[in-house]
Amino acid sequence: MKVELVDIHKYFGPVRANDGISMTIESGTIHGLLGENGAGKSTLMKCFSGYQSPDRGVVRVDGRPVSFDSPAEAIAHGIGMLHQDPLDFPQMQILDNFLLAFEDRILPDRRKGRKVLRELGARFQFDLDPDAEVTSLTIGERQQLEILRLLALGAQVIILDEPTTGISAPQKEKLFATLHRLAEQEGRSVVFVSHKLEEVEELCHHVTVLRHGRVTGEAEMPCPVSRLVEMMFGRNLPPAERVSVQPGQTVLRLEGVTVPSYRLQVQDVNFEIRAGEVVGLAGLEGSGQRLFLRACAGLEWVSAGHIHVDGQELTGASYQRFLDAGVAYTPANRMEEGLVGALTLSEHFALVDRHGSFFLDWNGVRERALKGIAHFNIIGRPDDPAAALSGGNQQRLMLALLPSHLRLLLMEHPTRGLDVESARWIWQQLLARREDGTAILFISADLDELLERSDRIVVFCGGQMESVHACDTTVEQLGYLIAGKGQTGG
Amino acid sequence: METNFLIQTLASIVAASTPVVLASIGETISEKSGVINLSLDGSIALSAMTGFAVAFTTGSVTLGMLAAMAVGALVALIIAFASITLRQEQVAVGFVLTMLCIELADFLGNPFVRRPGPSVSHAPIPYLSDIPILGPVLFNHNLIVYLSILSVVLAWWWTHKTQPGLKLQGVGERPESAFARGVNVHRLRFVYTVIGGALVGLAGASYSLSIKLGWSHRHTSGIGWIALAIVIFGGWSPWRVAVGCYLFGLLKALGSILQRNSAFVNVPTQIFSSAPFALMIFALLLLNSEGVDRLLALLPPRVARQLDRAIRGRSPGGLGQSFIQE
Repeated sequence: MKVELVDIHKYFGPVRANDGISMTIESGTIHGLLGENGAGKSTLMKCFSGYQSPDRGVVRVDGRPVSFDSPAEAIAHGIGMLHQDPLDFPQMQILDNFLLAFEDRILPDRRKGRKVLRELGARFQFDLDPDAEVTSLTIGERQQLEILRLLALGAQVIILDEPTTGISAPQKEKLFATLHRLAEQEGRSVVFVSHKLEEVEELCHHVTVLRHGRVTGEAEMPCPVSRLVEMMFGRNLPPAERVSVQPGQTVLRLEGVTVPSYRLQVQDVNFEIRAGEVVGLAGLEGSGQRLFLRACAGLEWVSAGHIHVDGQELTGASYQRFLDAGVAYTPANRMEEGLVGALTLSEHFALVDRHGSFFLDWNGVRERALKGIAHFNIIGRPDDPAAALSGGNQQRLMLALLPSHLRLLLMEHPTRGLDVESARWIWQQLLARREDGTAILFISADLDELLERSDRIVVFCGGQMESVHACDTTVEQLGYLIAGKGQTGG
Repeated sequence: METNFLIQTLASIVAASTPVVLASIGETISEKSGVINLSLDGSIALSAMTGFAVAFTTGSVTLGMLAAMAVGALVALIIAFASITLRQEQVAVGFVLTMLCIELADFLGNPFVRRPGPSVSHAPIPYLSDIPILGPVLFNHNLIVYLSILSVVLAWWWTHKTQPGLKLQGVGERPESAFARGVNVHRLRFVYTVIGGALVGLAGASYSLSIKLGWSHRHTSGIGWIALAIVIFGGWSPWRVAVGCYLFGLLKALGSILQRNSAFVNVPTQIFSSAPFALMIFALLLLNSEGVDRLLALLPPRVARQLDRAIRGRSPGGLGQSFIQE
């Protein structure tokens, strides 16, 4: 099935999310849609799959123009979309999730549904238990379930919106193998939406690049990365340079610290980080790095050992006292823990002012907000709610809200979900802080980021820690440490 | 003699629980689709009054029941319209309607206060009522009581065993996902809110035409709030909601029996009337504790999962949220 998008326009008020985009997707290929955050990729795909209707432009399937007002109509035409956050029913059983999409009859044919789910799953080596609840699945498995649903509904074109955010490396491999199979053996088309160059490089046959709502280039893969980068950002980005800072005094010292939790324990940790040092924490999700990081901010209960910040004993102290000592923590879930969605940017700036007076000086707050917005290049106004910002801008806002002088900055996934340029910018800001003697401790799942940015890397595996130097470690070695030891350590 | 007394007590619990069961099941259906009908207490009062007034005027109990259901459905329709079409806060609209309906029932019901009127006639089901124990407890009542029992079975079967029921669950759980699967979210929410409202109306009729005959000021007071609480305690599952209703009835019956006992004469009556709630909260705390998690972890995963689903309730994910179609 050959699909064409012709001259798609979609405006949101004054914002031209899609400004005359055309692209053609041939059957049997994996078509990459590349662009930085906010380039208009998701909007285009929503217009393509029936979630939004374009203001202008048509979709043609095998030369015939089609139009649909809902995702259900799109899938009836063979076009299905997998969302970044899979659109499923978390509290319902997998089988019920699967059955819900099908034709209207009073009694669902559970036996047949089970059989179809099993057979389809077996075809792609997906191991989904029909009786389990969706809440028990990882994001990767929920994606698998959605892919099976789309296939069962007869999808010929499958759109995946940033599918690799939040899934583990083995799941990513499985996903890519599935997509190859769908395109090359089954003759379907896959549209792979991403801002990650290396994934597009690895997977796609063709690529269309968007910037500011327009197509800035198309290419057959393989294509030199520098060309893709130029199409994405309008210029070539130089590789990140390492700045070495002479580490100063010890900022944080952990002695024999044990952090217990229901699932795993981080036991008897001895750790030091010095002013200006950047230490990356690596490991599969749930290996103890998050417990460790949160313990360093006083957010986890420590059952044994001592935590010192600048020589001051803070074991068992509240997060407020850690803040007073110059420690700050930014969580991974920006909207759940980091920001308050309904509050405006100004209100956020008022909220973080811990020593302000009882009455708010709104003019002062607004001034600070405007300054923060300008300095951190946030696309948004002081009166916009935080929830209206894009992911990259939310991350910038979190940085803008940090106190200007810090001793220790603890971050979870500082650049998750951000495009290359935003990530570079964030790191520039972070690394500038180390010159003032701020120590940075961060968790990342991106091995390149860990190796590029940190002086030292601590690998977590089942609650055990191992320290390596960043400059003489390769991605392969790091990957082995994370996964290889994980198998023996259970 | 002892067993006779027991059977009689159980039968009276089944009969007395009718309004709570009907109202709770109605509310369960509505909330399963994602709409909170908070007007229950007022809706029951108004439909109880209407049901009695219509039956009194026309002499037809059936017409009274139908009129009561229509009133319940109409109030629910207002809630649905305000929350789905106008996207207003369901809780606020429901609360205002509660008060409006109670006052309206009082005002319009004035001519019917303490007038003797018709009631639903006793109708034992042939053969079934002859079954020992079960017969007199379940099948020796009137039409409304049977309807309340039937509503539990039907609501469970519909939501858990049928394809439209799956869609109902989906709409309440995550409307955007349901929409992606071709479900008309707004229409389904309208339909189920109105059906739930009709059941709430029938609960009102059961009050004035079967349990506490006639109409008076504050005739049905508080029953709606109890039903709302039981839906939450019952975890939005028809079975557990029914168990909650009958348990509530049992505790109340127990209270009145104990009260008559000389040993408890000095205990304030309020203790007996409020104890069921405290007990329910306690039971809920116990079920959701980590201890139960650990016990479940000892069982084989399949059994643990089913047990977990059977004893614990989770609120529909999209409860009380309006859905905006892009």
